[in-house]
Amino acid sequence: MHIMEGYLPASWAIFWWVVTLPFLALGLRSLTRITQANPELKLLLALAGAFTFVLSALKIPSVTGSSSHPTGTGLGAVLFGPLAMSVLGTLVLLFQALLMAHGGLTTLGANAFSMAIAGPFAAYWIYHLTKRVTGKQKIAIFLAAALANLLTYIITSVQLALAFPAPVGGFMASFAKFAGIFAITQVPLAISEGLLTVLVWNWLQSYTSHELELLKLIQGEPQSNESV
Amino acid sequence: MNQSKKGLSNWLLVVGVLILAVAPLIFIRDAEFNGADGQAEAAIGEVQPGYEPWFQPVFEPPSGEVESLLFSSQAALGAGVIGYVIGLYKERNRQERNKG
Repeated sequence: MHIMEGYLPASWAIFWWVVTLPFLALGLRSLTRITQANPELKLLLALAGAFTFVLSALKIPSVTGSSSHPTGTGLGAVLFGPLAMSVLGTLVLLFQALLMAHGGLTTLGANAFSMAIAGPFAAYWIYHLTKRVTGKQKIAIFLAAALANLLTYIITSVQLALAFPAPVGGFMASFAKFAGIFAITQVPLAISEGLLTVLVWNWLQSYTSHELELLKLIQGEPQSNESV
Repeated sequence: MNQSKKGLSNWLLVVGVLILAVAPLIFIRDAEFNGADGQAEAAIGEVQPGYEPWFQPVFEPPSGEVESLLFSSQAALGAGVIGYVIGLYKERNRQERNKG
């Protein structure tokens, strides 16, 4: 989902920066609130950041004969909310843009919107919706992480199609082209991301029940399905 | 879920990820496994042949080796932090159980 440096026309690069900046400002406020209210959550916050740091570095071969990477943003979004994750995800993208020429500064607004904003928001809503409908927390976590990953790449396809509509067929033809590159490649990776997120969730459930209670993700009485 | 059953399901999750990553390498023999990001870059060239990127990366790794070094450092740093945090929580948990 990294749109390479300089590969968005200036007007679109600015547009996505303008869209992204308010989320980052709100995200910083959200992070400050979380850490001020419960300083002991900083460690868990570091874990959520590290998870997206690792996963976005892993380029995994896929069924289409190309390689792509997970995003790792679903876990943090479920734990701390999508706004907090927007900051952490953007930091990861900034690191890759500066040191690896992967993505870029001009395209950071667009890349942050797909990976650090759209993905986490989708994860957050999918988690709560699935949890309410099925009552099964692990399925909710799996779907949240996997679908957030897929959506991130669909947003990237939309961004590219908006900036580069095809001479014949316009936006839709371009979108089909870009989504064709990203979407099917991403399906097995999305499943992998879902599985890895459930793996970390299992550890958290075993060892950090205190923190998860603070975040209202589990209740004092374990295995209770009623959420407030 | 008791502890050993949980351990088993964790292993199944890891095996699932490994299968998903290795299966394409085994079954799709003639593929090059190029990055999808790079393919999108090429697709931009097809849709708008004259497009020139208007900004260059501030720093570009001088070789594929240096790039892979940076990527593996990224993964290593992240994995280190995850291992440290989980280990810390696990030990805290054990001490609390012993006390209680």
